[in-house]
Amino acid sequence: MEEQDSWIAHFCAMPGHEYFCEVSDDFIEDDFNLTGLNQMVPNYKQALEMILDVEASSDEEDDPEDDEYDSRQYYSGRRYRNRANVNIEAIHANAQLLYGLIHQRFITSRNGIQVMYYKYAHNHFGHCPRVNCGFARTIPCGFSDVPGVDTVKLFCPSCLDIYVPPNNRFLRIDGAFFGSTFPSLFLMSYPELDVSGPHPGATGTKGVQKKVKEKTEGSSRVINGVVEANFAPGLGKGNIYDMKIYGFKVSEKAKSGPRMKWLRDRPEDMKELDEVENFSNQDSRYVVDVSNNAREENSDVTMQDDEIAGR
Amino acid sequence: MDEYDTTSSSYVVYWRDWFLAARGHEYFCEIDEEYLTDRFNLTGLQSEVTYYNHALDLVTDVFDVDCKDEVREQVDKSARHLYGLVHARYIITSRGLSKMCDKYKRGDFGRCPRVLCHGQTLLPVGLTDVPGQSPVKLFCPKCEDIYTPKSSRHSAIDGAYFGTSFPHILFQVYPQLVPEKTEERFVQKCFGFKVHSHAALSRWQEERKEEMLARLRGCNIRTGFPSDVVAERGDTNSFRSW
Repeated sequence: MEEQDSWIAHFCAMPGHEYFCEVSDDFIEDDFNLTGLNQMVPNYKQALEMILDVEASSDEEDDPEDDEYDSRQYYSGRRYRNRANVNIEAIHANAQLLYGLIHQRFITSRNGIQVMYYKYAHNHFGHCPRVNCGFARTIPCGFSDVPGVDTVKLFCPSCLDIYVPPNNRFLRIDGAFFGSTFPSLFLMSYPELDVSGPHPGATGTKGVQKKVKEKTEGSSRVINGVVEANFAPGLGKGNIYDMKIYGFKVSEKAKSGPRMKWLRDRPEDMKELDEVENFSNQDSRYVVDVSNNAREENSDVTMQDDEIAGR
Repeated sequence: MDEYDTTSSSYVVYWRDWFLAARGHEYFCEIDEEYLTDRFNLTGLQSEVTYYNHALDLVTDVFDVDCKDEVREQVDKSARHLYGLVHARYIITSRGLSKMCDKYKRGDFGRCPRVLCHGQTLLPVGLTDVPGQSPVKLFCPKCEDIYTPKSSRHSAIDGAYFGTSFPHILFQVYPQLVPEKTEERFVQKCFGFKVHSHAALSRWQEERKEEMLARLRGCNIRTGFPSDVVAERGDTNSFRSW
């Protein structure tokens, strides 16, 4: 039995399940982590047992020596009778659903994020297909936290967009098993992580120059809670594709002209996005304006006074 | 490649048919015999391709010389290179465009990996017109960005065999094929709350978009966005002020 892989290891080794990490037994055994899941998964108890491999040992009904299992079997006799009626395939499907939902919760926990970081660092999630992202690593995510809505997608932190996984085998994986929260939480947990791709943008050397420039400047400025160098490095000037015919840019006024540049744009000075600071600056200007007006009004008044006095 | 080596002296199929059926050559279309044999269309390729005459003979299926395997291999390589270079010229002629247009409609070049493009069909594009510089990329007319083909067998194909101008010429010729643009955005969320950095950038980008739309409306040009169609029906001024 020791030689046999655990259910979890088997599940994670299945084709198409490369994005999953192994949830630790401690996490699953803590009932608090499973709150509410019994209402979402049919055959919850059997499914949970299957995941924890409890069933594998207690299935050996003809093992009289093992008193512990025997007693457990006796204890849960009704359940076993029930199981005979329930298709083992159905339980397996339920176990997969349950594991997926536990996985969604696990990867937003401290341990889970570390495990996923290891997978990220070893390129388990693939690269961004966008040329100007220069093979930035992607992070799996879901559109929704509710199962059955959409399949798993890949979030690229370099262009802040989501992509369909390149292989069809991932199109069967539910996005809810990763959840919509994971990528943002992952990036917040590792703010210093260089999210730009290892290769510069293929459209020229601008990417390299920019990267080098950024690195030499040592821009560790934090804007809106993100280190500037990690704030959508795949976007902005030099990373936007220009439609060209024989080297000439297609005009915006053409029927087939560019219309989507804004999608891949970002301000040259990212400080522009610091809305709080901009607002406070604006506010102080406003204060100055008011005081100027007040002064002018005052001068008017004094003029009038002078006029009055002159009379 | 193996199929080719075994048929060293006589071809059951035409070389071009073999070439088009080869793995990874799904992006190519068939060049007309007339186009290939017209010397004018091949101007300047002589210096680009080694064994130019042999290669051309091979492509047009008149190659019938017994030679060493090494030479034959070289000729075959040149033939493929020549076909690719002629292909780049052919697909921007009206016949070539219509052929590529059919392939585009069939989705032979794949679909956009961007989720919010909802499976928009792609067009091949090169990053440079000089051969041997970079492999072929795919252009999405919906998000107007370029992507790496998802299959590695396509990453061996030279981008110069399609050229930098091809997709844009195609849409100049067939403007009705330009897909409706999308304004949908991916919103990054953390436990249901928008992520501030991403949201701030999105707001900034929305402003750039509104500026562009205002510019286009000022010139009375259709923007191609779904919201614009609605605005055209209703009061355009109210939309602009918003």
